[in-house]
Order: sequence, then C-alpha cells, then structure tokens
Amino acid sequence: MFDALTSRMSRTLAGLRSRGRINPVDLEVTCGEIRTALLEADVALAVVDSLIAQVQRRGLEALSLKQAGINPGQQVITIIHEEILNILGTNARSLAVAKKPPTRIMLAGLQGSGKTTLAGKLALWLKEQGNTPLLVACDLARPNAVQQLQIIGEQIGVSVFAPEPGNGIGNPVTVAKAGLVHAEQKLFNYVIFDTAGRLGVDVELMKEARAIKSAVEPDDTLFVVDAMTGQDAVNTANAFNTGVGIDGVVLTKVDGNARAGAALSVTSVIGKPILFLSTGEKSTEFEPFYPDRMAQRILGMGDVATLAEQAKKALDEKSAARLEEKFVTGEEFTFDDFLEQLQAMKKMGSMSKLLGMLPGMPGAQGAQLKKQIEAIDDSETDRAAAIIQSMTPQERSNPKIINGSRRLRIARGSGHEVSSVNRLLERFAGAQKAMKQMKNARPGALPQGLPPGLAAPTSARPPQRPAKKSRSGNPAKRAEQERG
Amino acid sequence: MSLFSKFTSLFTRGERAVVDWNDLEQTLIGADLGPALAQRVSTRLHDARDLSLPDALAELLSPAERSLQVATDGPTVILVVGVNGSGKTTSIGKLSAYLARQGKSVLVVAADTFRAAAREQLQTWAQRTGVTCIAGRDGADPAAVAFDGVSQGIDQRADFVLIDTAGRLQSKEGLMDQLTKIRRVIEKKAPVSEVLLVLDGSTGQNALSQAESFTAAVDVTGLILTKLDGSTRGGAALAIEATLGTPIKWIGTGEGVGDIAPFDPDAYIAQLLAQ
Ligand SMILES: Nc1nc2c(ncn2[C@@H]2O[C@H](COP(=O)(O)OP(=O)(O)O)[C@@H](O)[C@H]2O)c(=O)[nH]1
Ligand SMILES: [Mg+2]
Repeated sequence: MFDALTSRMSRTLAGLRSRGRINPVDLEVTCGEIRTALLEADVALAVVDSLIAQVQRRGLEALSLKQAGINPGQQVITIIHEEILNILGTNARSLAVAKKPPTRIMLAGLQGSGKTTLAGKLALWLKEQGNTPLLVACDLARPNAVQQLQIIGEQIGVSVFAPEPGNGIGNPVTVAKAGLVHAEQKLFNYVIFDTAGRLGVDVELMKEARAIKSAVEPDDTLFVVDAMTGQDAVNTANAFNTGVGIDGVVLTKVDGNARAGAALSVTSVIGKPILFLSTGEKSTEFEPFYPDRMAQRILGMGDVATLAEQAKKALDEKSAARLEEKFVTGEEFTFDDFLEQLQAMKKMGSMSKLLGMLPGMPGAQGAQLKKQIEAIDDSETDRAAAIIQSMTPQERSNPKIINGSRRLRIARGSGHEVSSVNRLLERFAGAQKAMKQMKNARPGALPQGLPPGLAAPTSARPPQRPAKKSRSGNPAKRAEQERG
Repeated sequence: MSLFSKFTSLFTRGERAVVDWNDLEQTLIGADLGPALAQRVSTRLHDARDLSLPDALAELLSPAERSLQVATDGPTVILVVGVNGSGKTTSIGKLSAYLARQGKSVLVVAADTFRAAAREQLQTWAQRTGVTCIAGRDGADPAAVAFDGVSQGIDQRADFVLIDTAGRLQSKEGLMDQLTKIRRVIEKKAPVSEVLLVLDGSTGQNALSQAESFTAAVDVTGLILTKLDGSTRGGAALAIEATLGTPIKWIGTGEGVGDIAPFDPDAYIAQLLAQ
C-alpha cells in the first residue's frame, strides 16, 4: 500500500543497473521518483524541492567522476539518504540540564499531539535515571486534562503539581510559576510543564504560551508533533518557533505506520533537533531519536535497525552474540539457530508492531515478505519448535541428512503430520538461503528483507488458509496484551 | 496574494487561460491532496479546457449521502472511532449539543475505558451540553460498556446514542479487532446507523490508510474532519472521498460547544485553495 521509495524506484533502478552507468536523463527520472516518494511520506514540498536540487547537483558531480563498479541507483539513494541524515542529525543532543536545578522543561504543541502522555513518559524516563521530576498541570483548557496528568503521575509514581482544577478554571501562567517555586522548595531536580494544545494561528493562545515561557524560563522548550502530520507541519513549527521559541522536537505516535515526513519538515524549517520519539500509549514507550532510522523510514526502506535491535532484545545476550558471530564469519546456519530465532520472534510479541516498523520493502520481493510476516502466527511457532525439538542434535546441525524415514520419526515424535515437517524443512531452507544472501551482500548494503528466521517461504503455507484466519485468538485479550 | 486572484484563470475558464501548472500543483500538494491526486486534478484540467478548478475538485467528492442516517425504529446509534487525539470525544460533545439543540434526546456512552480521564472528559462535555452520559469503570470491557449504553438508550427512548471509543492507531491489529467486536456486540442490541471516523484535519497521507483500516474493521459510513480552524487545509480527506467514497459529514472548527457544522462542499473547496 505504501509506495515506498525503494519499491517505487525498483523499476527505474533495474533499468539503470543494466546500463551500468547513470546518465543525466536517468538522474532526472530518478529524482522525480524520489520527489514523489518524499511527498507521499508527507515531507513538506519546499523541503522536498531543496533536497531534490541537492541530489541533482551531487548526482551530476558523481556522474562526471564515472566511478566504475558502483551501482548508480544505489549511489543516488546514498546521496538522498545522506542529505536527509544531514537535516535530521543537525545539532543532535539529549535533554538540557540546568546548571542550577531544577531543570525546566516546557511542552508545547497542537491539540491532540500527545503532550500529556509524553509528559508522563519523560518523567518516568528521568525518574528511572535517578532523578526526581515534578509534573506541573498547566493545561487548564481541555476538559479533564489536569485529571489525566494526575492519573498518569499516580501510575508512574511521580508527583503532580495541580493547584487548579482546569476545565477553564485557573490561570496557566500562575500555575507554571507556582509549580517552579514548588519544585525549588521541595528540591525536585526536573520540572515538566504540560501546557494546553493550541493552534499556531491562535494569537491569544500563542501569547499565553509565550507568557508561560517567560514566567518559568525553560531550559528546554519542546515542540510536540504528531508523526502523521501532513504539509501543515512547517506552518505550525514556524508559528511555534516564532511565537514561543522552540529548542527541540519530540515526534509522537511513531508506533503507527505513517512514514513521518513531518520529522524532516520540522527539523528542516526550524533547524532544531528531534530529541525523543513517543512510540505507544504506555508510559514506557519512549525512545531516544536516531536520525538514521528515521531517514530510512521516511525513505521507506524499513526500519531495519530497530527491527534488529528488537530481535536482539528478545534473544538473550549470549545467543545474540553467537548469531552475530555466525553472521560475520559465514558459519552454517543450523536448526538450533532457527529455533532460537523463532522463539525470539515469539517473545518480540505483536507482529503488527513489527509490521509497523517495516513501512516498505522493495518491489515484488517486499510484497512477498510482507505476506510472509502476516502469515506467521504463534501456533505455527509452537509447532515448529515441537518439530525441531524432536530432531537429533545431528539432524539439527546438518539438516541435509533428514531423509524420508527420519521425517516420519520426527513427525511422530512431535505429534505432527509429515507434511508439517516437510513444510518446516522448506521454510528452513529458505531461511538458510536468505542468511547466505545477507552474508554475501555488499558491506553497508541494506539487507533486502527480514532477518532469515522471520521470513517463511510462502510456499510453505497451505494455500487454502487465508492469512486473516491465522491471526486467531480472542481479540479483547490481544488488545489487552498490546496495551499491557 | 489571495488565491482568488492567483487562480482566477482557473475559476472562469473558456478562453485560453494561461495557467501556472507548477503553482497549481504546489497549492494542491500543500493542501495534503498528495502527489497522485494533485496530478490527477491537473491532468483533468489539462484535458477539460472548460472545467474550472473548483469544479475539478468537486468532481472528486463522494456522491454518497451526507446527512446522518437515522434509525427508523429505536435510537439512532452512532459509533465514533479514530486514532489517538483526533478529536473523538470533543466531536461527540459538540455533536450532542448540535442534536440537542434540534430537540433530540441524546445519550453519550464513554466506551474509552483505556485513556486516563477519558470518561471524565466525556462526562464534563455531557454536563456542559445537558445530555445523559453512561460510563463504565476504568479498564472495563469497552464492548460491554457500549452494549449497556445502547440498552439504556433503548430503555430511555433516546433519539440518539453516541458512543465514544478509545483512540487507536490503525496498524494495531489487536485494537482494530477489539473495535470490530465492539460493533458486533452493540448490534446484538440495536443496529449501528453510522460509524463516524474522526480525522484530524492536519493529517497527511496516512489519512487514507486510517480510512481503509477503520472501514475494514467497522465499516465507516462518514468522516468528521476536525481542527479546520487551524492553518491546515484538510485535503487528505479529499483523497479519502475520491478513493473510498466515504463522505465527510461534519467539520470541526474549534474547542467550543458550537464549533461543529455539517459539511459544506463549497466552503471546503475554498479552504483547500486558500493560501
Ligand atoms: N482547535 C481544535 N481543537 C480540537 C478540535 N477537536 C478537538 N480538538 C482538541 O484536540 C484535543 C484532542 O481531542 P480529544 O477529543 O480529546 O481527542 P480524542 O483522543 O480523539 O478523543 C483536545 O485538546 C481537543 O480540545 C477542533 O475542531 N479544533
Ligand atoms: Mg477521547
């Protein structure tokens, strides 16, 4: 569904590859494709056009160098990737720290962008690092926003300063000032001001935000912006930057499937770094920002790095190191590794979260991979585990020896049909092949898909079973699990 | 420069008007129509030399009925869905006031049992607009709360039952399945007349994915497009109209009780083209 850059360009690039060297016409066409892909990712038009101009200039330079042996398509992608990284990585930093505590952090942004939720996450993150944060409820406009912050504070065990009931009652500037005094007196070392959502065009409310800012003189004023925002991101970011003054950006709802071009629009127009990502409804779903991952996401290359990291978290350290070792040295990939990967996958939980991290993959191959992921379910993982556990150690490390009679024995031992064993063997062969391909890929090149264990060859699935059915189970329960 | 001078040639065509196609494309993309739809509009204007720009945009609107579908028997049940922070609860508050002003009896149901203080937010709105609010406990099964709400709506002979649900990102399958279940459970009691998807007007190209997924889960019948009081122009909804045929039914223009209005195509198109 997402016309990711890579899939969009695959045809163009195939043409380029066969000719071996890029020419100015090809470059023009390629830039056109990149432009469309970036616009589809919601990068602001002006930002897209300046990026394309850069790519064109650098592309032509590269042409004149006529580097032999380098895939020209890859070269163009590398250029655009670098240019995007340049913008996203500008002034990268973490949260400010005041010389004299408390460090003051003010949150500002549009209505519904996720400020209150973020306030809780930020507080929890600080608390976990041994700090003593205080939350101050300055959103006195939205019904029950004060109460929302109080509940969150209770959940995460962080104090909330809320002298006014809100719902239109109380003055946010007064509350902010009093909150700061309270933090100083009670020796909190961080104080986070949650403010009401406001539109950039609302002159009165922008003035109010400015007044809050002047009253508490934040060390960091963070602009909170929804990852799904479209072209308006630039107007809003500009309005907040001139109206209130922004030091940094937090991107929210990043757990969705938006390509999040707003990240690029905002950082590009105000020149301030993104500090954090808000990645879910739970207070723990909060991450530092990595420009490279975001660049890949905007380009639709799939968030391979995040995926790999998730996989690593799920595997225990030792086996992760072992897998990595194998990967580097090119050692044979065995059923033991495969089992480990399957179990890791299961631990990783929600497949949809994984899917969300893979906004797009190249061409037909990408579509196929996506289908494969959708086809994976827990019962299948369990079945695979049972079958593998019925294999002898020799069979696991050298699957080639698994002949007909061994298949029969494994099937009986695991309580499954021989056809299931056959399917698993096929699937394993696919994984092994993918592993080899990844090893042989040029260093630095992106793996063309998922880590091997994640991808089951589609042929391994009984064709009569629709993918939808495989996501069975109690929906309420699953929803609960997803929300924790 | 005002748009109406800039694109005059596209408003009254006929003679060979000189059109700055680049400028047109920028305007449409800037309004979040997306590159594909912008291209489609510009091609259409190329081909049909007598067509005006507003008419070319109007052609993309869905032919579907825009007024609320009303139940013939018993209360009209309206399920309100959408991603986090799009404006569901606020829209229900405003919509209930709108309906109450027309002399209808309205019952609102707080089936967002997940987000902190979501129930209280709806209760505050209900107090404000003088309608009844049915709520479940925190963490209660939202389908059960919705079912109870509809039951009470029937008992109290309410004209409308508006059901607020928790925000959810459309990529979360478990949560989308939960929504399907909510609808299924409600329908054991009474048919759902409308499923309104609340879309934040500043959403970009992800809007279509939202509409597709929510439609797949609960069969969306219309959109509430919110926050059009800001600097956004809300063109992503046009892509939904053109692609899925889902009509925009209501427009939200603020946080006040009165800041909601039935969709007006001319006003919407004027806003799309505003500079
Ligand atoms: N300016 C403006 N703000 C709105 C509008 N609709 C909702 N909001 C605000 O957007 C925020 C999120 O709204 P809420 O109804 O809580 O969203 P929900 O999570 O979808 O229920 C709140 O601050 C609302 O006051 C609108 O039409 N215009
Ligand atoms: Mg709500």
